[in-house]
Amino acid sequence: MPLEVYLNVAIGGVLTGLVYGLMALGLSVIFGVVRVVNFAHGEMMTVAMFLAVVLCTALHVDPLVLLVPIAAVLFVFGYALQRGLINVFITRPEHSQFLLLVALAIIITNTLLIIFGPDARTVETAYGFDSFQFGGIIVDAAKAYAGAAAILFAAALFVFFRFTLIGKAIRAGADNHTGALVVGLDVKRLYALTFGLGAACVGAAGTMMTLLVDATPLLGPSYTLLAFVIVITGGLGSMPGALIGGVLIGLTEALAGLLFTPSAKSMFAFAILVLVLLFRPQGILGKRLA
Amino acid sequence: MTRKAQSNSARLTRRAVTAGLGAAGFVAGVAPFNIARAAGGPLKVGVLLPRSGLQAGIGQDCWRGVDIAPGILKSLGLPELTVMSGDTESNVDTARARAEKLIGEGAQLLIGAFDSGQTTAIAQVAEQKGIPLVINIAGAPQITEQGYKFVFRNFPTGPMIVGDAFNNQKEVFAAAGHTPKTVVFLHINDTYGTAIAGAVEHVMPKFNMPYTIAEKIAYDPAARDLSVEVTKAKATNADALLVVSRLNDAMLLTRELVKQRWTPQAILSMGPGWYDDQYFKTLGKLANGPISFVPWYDPHKKLTPVLEAALAKSFAGVQLNTNHIFTFEALLVAADAYKRAGSTDPKALADAIRTTNITDNVSIGPGISFNAKGQNDKVKDGAIQNRGGKDVMLAPQSAANAKPEWPMTPYQNRG
Repeated sequence: MPLEVYLNVAIGGVLTGLVYGLMALGLSVIFGVVRVVNFAHGEMMTVAMFLAVVLCTALHVDPLVLLVPIAAVLFVFGYALQRGLINVFITRPEHSQFLLLVALAIIITNTLLIIFGPDARTVETAYGFDSFQFGGIIVDAAKAYAGAAAILFAAALFVFFRFTLIGKAIRAGADNHTGALVVGLDVKRLYALTFGLGAACVGAAGTMMTLLVDATPLLGPSYTLLAFVIVITGGLGSMPGALIGGVLIGLTEALAGLLFTPSAKSMFAFAILVLVLLFRPQGILGKRLA
Repeated sequence: MTRKAQSNSARLTRRAVTAGLGAAGFVAGVAPFNIARAAGGPLKVGVLLPRSGLQAGIGQDCWRGVDIAPGILKSLGLPELTVMSGDTESNVDTARARAEKLIGEGAQLLIGAFDSGQTTAIAQVAEQKGIPLVINIAGAPQITEQGYKFVFRNFPTGPMIVGDAFNNQKEVFAAAGHTPKTVVFLHINDTYGTAIAGAVEHVMPKFNMPYTIAEKIAYDPAARDLSVEVTKAKATNADALLVVSRLNDAMLLTRELVKQRWTPQAILSMGPGWYDDQYFKTLGKLANGPISFVPWYDPHKKLTPVLEAALAKSFAGVQLNTNHIFTFEALLVAADAYKRAGSTDPKALADAIRTTNITDNVSIGPGISFNAKGQNDKVKDGAIQNRGGKDVMLAPQSAANAKPEWPMTPYQNRG
């Protein structure tokens, strides 16, 4: 096969992987700071996808226009969820947290099923059939826009955590919980803010995902699983690791489909996970636990 | 006196128990007569279709065949049917559960279920419960190879579809004056897709086809992105695309062909999706060109315009297609069998279906009858092409009403 075929597939895989990465970034941020594993992550993304579908259809606007508003809605949802529900479980055993979030995931999926039914819903955009051609390289326009938006959103999040006072306070709370309490930080509020930010990442990723796939209520579990694969591959708690993991998984799925058989794409993503767990259990950019 | 009478009425005597048992026995004894009395009313037919989920578009299209049936069956002098709906949600387990539920609610005959996997599950339930199942659409050959006594299929099996498709392809190539030298074969990896892919492998050598298969690419029917599959297919430089798909993936494939700027000479489909109403509505001008080799209607049969008119009356703008034809014909088989059996007894119905001989039907072929395995082995395929938002018939020659448009107009030149 000519080189451009591999490049076409690789570019598509990287662009899809960036959106995957942003989704997983939310999971990584939440775990890195709050130390709670969000088992309702994929389901929260399907909520964002349906919000995007409903609003795009009703308002006749592009999903990219709704990126920030939907991220804001999910931020409020995440903030309220942490303050009202998850915070109560912070000091409880991990299995209690697990059951709470799995229950939440089931409730979200079934609520979506009741409201929208099990059918796939799509967003029609002006560039839905467009592509950019550079010689033999053809890039899907929707994937290019979604990938670019994912980079911008992730960059904004990095800037927030690196340069703002609240971002620094959140990182301080994550590094040393007792120290943060001693210097007078409102850790509960910081946790809620972090959960909100993680949910905002999912909101943005879900909005962009509507450009790539049709929304159905039953998507949630597969995306939760995918987010875990990405975060564990990239390194649990590492923000750059989540993005790198996303790109790696997207690229692996795409190239595996090309080189082997497309119906076995997911198998190769899990093979990467097994290799990482065997040879670098802390993930590509994760820190080794003492 | 009064007190004594009250005391007597409250006491449980041996005579009272005996009388009660006798009454219970009488009720149990006459219960079959209740069933016999029900035979006088309409036959309760459970129609199982994927009306939501991945195959919702096709399932709902099939249901149109149910909607238009009552008036036509009445005009043919056939008895009334009471239709009970069961949504399989495009899921095998749900299909099985819904079949059991419908039977539990009194369904005396089942019809369904478009998808081979779901139909296989329903067939098992029907056979266990001894309730006849008339398959409207499902091509996996194994369904009628199990020795079932209550399962009947008025739809061609995978090998029949493939054999007819090859014959019709030769006719189309001759009429077009073009013959592809290579094709790339894209197919779903579900029960139907795998059955057709297997049939292609086994049947193709016998037909001495003019093309070779450059590559076979299997994919998940629930796939959300088919860009890799199309890139891989395009890289083969094949003249034409041979596909077995469903509706959602047919639309996804078309989108990817447009995005990847590849218009093969022809798209040759051996499954649903490409001729569906929703395919036309969603893709507009991009829907034109694909040729489907599928079980279809014979425009020369006298019942065909009746069905077309009923569909046009109930669903303006919707064209008659495989989904309507074979769902309607399944109801036709049920009503015909009920009339001849004169009973709702499942065994009597199954025996009546086994001796079906309907010549006044819609699909291509001599009519509806079933062999010892419960398969209508005389039903035939046609070749249709999407043209100007409609389907035109290219083959078999006896039923054709148009010449093939070959090669397809490039997607980029369609405005």
